[in-house]
Amino acid sequence: MLRYALLRLLGAIPTLLLVIVLAFLMVHAAPGGPFDDERALPAEIEANIAAAYQLDQPLPQQFLRYISGLVRGDLGPSYRYRDLTVSDLIGGAFPLSLKLGAMAMLLATVIGVGAGTLAALRQNSLLDRALMAMAMTGISIPVFVIAPVLVLLLAVHLQWLPAGWSGTSAGGRFVLPVVSLALPQIAYIARLTRASMIDVLASDFIRTARAQGLGTFTIVRLHALKPAMLPVLSYMGPAIAAILTGSVVVEEIFGIPGLGQHFVRGALNRDYTLVLGIVVFYAALVILLNLVVDLLYGVIDPRIRQR
Amino acid sequence: MSLLAVERLNIRYGDRAVVSDLSFAVEAGESVGLVGESGSGKTQTALAVLGLLPGSAATSGSIRIGGADILGASEKVLNEIRARRIAMVFQDPMQALNPYLRVGQALSRVVSAHTTANDAEARQRVLDMLRRVGLADAERQYRAYPHQLSGGMRQRVMIASALLVEPELLIADEPTTALDVTVQAQILELLEDVRDDTALLLITHDLGIVAGRCERMLVLEHGRLVEQGRTTSVFSGAKHAHTQALIAAAPRPDRGVLLAPVAADKVLEIRNAEVSYFERGHGRLRAVQALSLALQAGETVAVVGESGSGKSSLVRAALGLVPLQAGQVIYCGEPLAAALQQRSTRLRRDLQLVFQDPVGSLNPQMQVRSIVAEPLRVHAPELSRAERSRRVVAILDKVGLDESYLKRHPHQLSGGEAQRVAIARALILQPRVLFCDEAVASLDGSVRKQILELLRRVQQETGLAILFITHDLAVVRAISHRVLVMYLGRLVELSGSEALFTRARHPYTQALLQAVPVPDPIAAGGHASLSGETPSILSPPGGCAFHPRCAHARNICTTTRPSLREIDGVTVACHRADELLQPH
Amino acid sequence: MSALGRFWRRARRSRSILYCGGMLTGLVVVALLGPVLSPHNYLQTDFDNILRAPSLVGGHVFGRDDLGRDLFVRSMLGIQVTMLVAIVASTVSLIIGVVYGAIAGLAGGRVDAVMMRFVDTLYALPFIFFVILLMVAFERNFILIFVAIGAVNWLDMARIVRGQTLSLREREFVQAAALGGVSFAGIILRHIAPNLIGVVTVYLTLTIPQAILVESFLSFLGLGIQEPQTSLGTLVDAGVNHMENAAWMLLIPAALLALILLCFNFLGDALRDVFDVRQAR
Repeated sequence: MLRYALLRLLGAIPTLLLVIVLAFLMVHAAPGGPFDDERALPAEIEANIAAAYQLDQPLPQQFLRYISGLVRGDLGPSYRYRDLTVSDLIGGAFPLSLKLGAMAMLLATVIGVGAGTLAALRQNSLLDRALMAMAMTGISIPVFVIAPVLVLLLAVHLQWLPAGWSGTSAGGRFVLPVVSLALPQIAYIARLTRASMIDVLASDFIRTARAQGLGTFTIVRLHALKPAMLPVLSYMGPAIAAILTGSVVVEEIFGIPGLGQHFVRGALNRDYTLVLGIVVFYAALVILLNLVVDLLYGVIDPRIRQR
Repeated sequence: MSLLAVERLNIRYGDRAVVSDLSFAVEAGESVGLVGESGSGKTQTALAVLGLLPGSAATSGSIRIGGADILGASEKVLNEIRARRIAMVFQDPMQALNPYLRVGQALSRVVSAHTTANDAEARQRVLDMLRRVGLADAERQYRAYPHQLSGGMRQRVMIASALLVEPELLIADEPTTALDVTVQAQILELLEDVRDDTALLLITHDLGIVAGRCERMLVLEHGRLVEQGRTTSVFSGAKHAHTQALIAAAPRPDRGVLLAPVAADKVLEIRNAEVSYFERGHGRLRAVQALSLALQAGETVAVVGESGSGKSSLVRAALGLVPLQAGQVIYCGEPLAAALQQRSTRLRRDLQLVFQDPVGSLNPQMQVRSIVAEPLRVHAPELSRAERSRRVVAILDKVGLDESYLKRHPHQLSGGEAQRVAIARALILQPRVLFCDEAVASLDGSVRKQILELLRRVQQETGLAILFITHDLAVVRAISHRVLVMYLGRLVELSGSEALFTRARHPYTQALLQAVPVPDPIAAGGHASLSGETPSILSPPGGCAFHPRCAHARNICTTTRPSLREIDGVTVACHRADELLQPH
Repeated sequence: MSALGRFWRRARRSRSILYCGGMLTGLVVVALLGPVLSPHNYLQTDFDNILRAPSLVGGHVFGRDDLGRDLFVRSMLGIQVTMLVAIVASTVSLIIGVVYGAIAGLAGGRVDAVMMRFVDTLYALPFIFFVILLMVAFERNFILIFVAIGAVNWLDMARIVRGQTLSLREREFVQAAALGGVSFAGIILRHIAPNLIGVVTVYLTLTIPQAILVESFLSFLGLGIQEPQTSLGTLVDAGVNHMENAAWMLLIPAALLALILLCFNFLGDALRDVFDVRQAR
């Protein structure tokens, strides 16, 4: 198992390298630079700036320099925030994004699995239909629609919750962003859980368990939950990516100074080192989390563990 | 008071009745066989007794257990009865055991659900029961996951789980259908030994199993009880036509039909064939090794073996569907290319195959007409539409299907009809050799008999050579001139059909013959003379591959692989073949 | 009756398919005709009448935006653009996905292993960030949006087609055809392709809402469709900026977007039932 994990970790390195190369090339192929919108600078000064950021060197050399910095955790200086390095910016913003994302993920899993299981056990009942109609609505409404509508309703009109981030430090400011992020994932996970739970409950070994006179609760907990969670688990990879994507919008809408906001601001400001740094960081994160999901698969399914 | 009394039971799905007006009783301690073809309602009846029918089933009548009617009772009431009073063993232990749970986890939970036993006591009880069902290394099986067990061991676990809380009635639904015949005999014997005074309701399509194992029998047809009585009297004097037909259709391994010998006109020869696959993480899997066989025109050779014997690989290699690592396939004196694509169209048309799963071998998107006509389009493109159509109708007529079938799709056919279409497609090119890979294994007795008769008729008319692959020795005797027995990829015995059934020389063949159930309570059969199960083909035993299971093994058997010998016209691979001849 | 005919008959009996199909058709027709029949056009500004709530007076049924433009015409234009982007992008991903998946499935063996390893690698990437990078780095234009979205969405289709092809290839009726002498091309055309149509239809229907989501997400961030052209995502973005005093600017395009996505998702689900396609991963 440990050997397998290490092998997989090694196998992830080429993927990560591919990401870095792609992102690096894309950024460097881009026309225009971060200083374009400033007053036309004398050629001399422009050259100085280029030299300061080492933009005058050949591309392969820049790339090698980037990689060697990366290995040491140095992602280079930010073009825009001139006093800060990209690593500083990521290090400062990520904990907040992580907190939001983890809370949303937890909420989505707990409610999604619960609602899905309930719907599966009461298949075709009114409850099932209601839950699934809600779930279908949930997956059909994008985060950037849910978030402002929730703000409009709960913050602007009813004034139950704070609409923004700054100006309050109450825990309540987490509610709307986390709920906005979690809602579509709750819906996905509920649908997935329901479908796979129905499949599992129809399988022969559940019939065996029923023939053995075990109660519904025991059957679900002991026999059905593990296999029914496998599709949900394999959705965790895409879910993590979706939460990251969603956080870009949510942080923008609520004005949360997280990594997503840095990314969008960086993109609009052509702060290439920052954008590049965040893409590489996200890619590494997603690859790592996918790896964890893969290994968890082996924990649940004994037939895979044997490999 | 009867242990189980079913009265006027009806089960219907929408307007489709699956069980109608069914009444029967099971008394304490007796063994009763419930027999019927597929769709006769036997499994539905068993599920109804345990309250396991799906919500879409509508029921009426009564099911009394110890006097209380439990039809339509609540889950709570049913859970008092399940496992404690009535337990069930299902058909396929691979599906019926939870693959995500260790055997011990699943079984000890059954104990704690029904008794006051604490964890340690439950564990001890499970271990004792595992030993009782013949799992000697119980501590290890307790920790094992189902996929780590062999098919026979899984079914033993299933039986153990059913007997854990000492029920009064055990229902076994086709408990051995998924198993090899030698393992089947072991499991049936185990059921008999281990149940003590628990009554047994044995559900099966196989009359041979009932004949050997049950005191009484019930016969179902389309959800209705058509006959019941003592097993011996039903077999000696069945009153209902359906029962008579079932008994008549059951193949008799103990009775011979002497087939006229055929002219020695060799059409196909397989020389020294070797088929192997590369399995990731395991290395080479040698499915077939050093196998030779010649097939004459008008002759049927049956290839018999249990799972993993390599019989299907042999057929696929001969047809060019999988590559041959060594050896040759020679057709009418001409060596054939190893791969199908390299064989000339003309040669391809002469070798055809009928598959096991009739529906799966027909394209679901096509009509019967185009399925049967397709080979003609390729091999005789010059034919006019009318001529092609005429030939399709003619061949369908030959396999017993009229023109109304032309426009049907595969899902609109029964299993037997689909197999007739598949045979028509194989025969329309007038091949010289027909391979049948378990072609009747998925069919009911009466349909199987019709298909076998159809094949024999075609053979007599056209001189077709047939290579008939099967795991079922019982059907072999009625149709084959010669029989080839395989074990772990190698030929162990090849002889004339009569000689094999009366004077088998190889100990494995002898054991196979003893294990086959005979549909006759007096002739019985179904004896478990072999212990253990076929080892994995990935790591076959050295010397004679059969020696670990062989009662006659000597030192030489463990070290040296026996070469093929000819004794009285029988080819056999056994060091002791000349001493071991026992009349059967 | 052909198998496809059978699906068609079952499809017509499904209420979800009827309602959702009808709703989408209706929306598209209104979106196409609305701007033509309306007296207003999507560019015409009126700074005296900005942020006017919906009313029948003057025919501004969806109200006016922050530049006084008619929101009905702009919403209909948004639907047109969103649907166009989604359909073209899905077609791009359909073509790439089917070709890639079918090649991998038919080739099998090592080729398949390498091709699928590549797909797995791409799966592990946070693609949307690349798309954003792409949109930032290069001039924004329609073509780039199609390419970007198509590039994200073909992976699912490729996996599904490959899985299906691989299992069809192993099916006995394909082997039977080969033994009957049918050529490789004939097997693909007559035996494999017809059995793929169901899965591909279902996943195409489910890819369209995915594409709509990506497009509107980009537009919302200001990286997609640019003013004065518009899409539903762009309109939602504008609506968010004015939601406190002109809620309709947010709610109307948001509702239209959700409605379209809902219809496609329901349609995909219903088609999956009709074609009896199981989640084949």
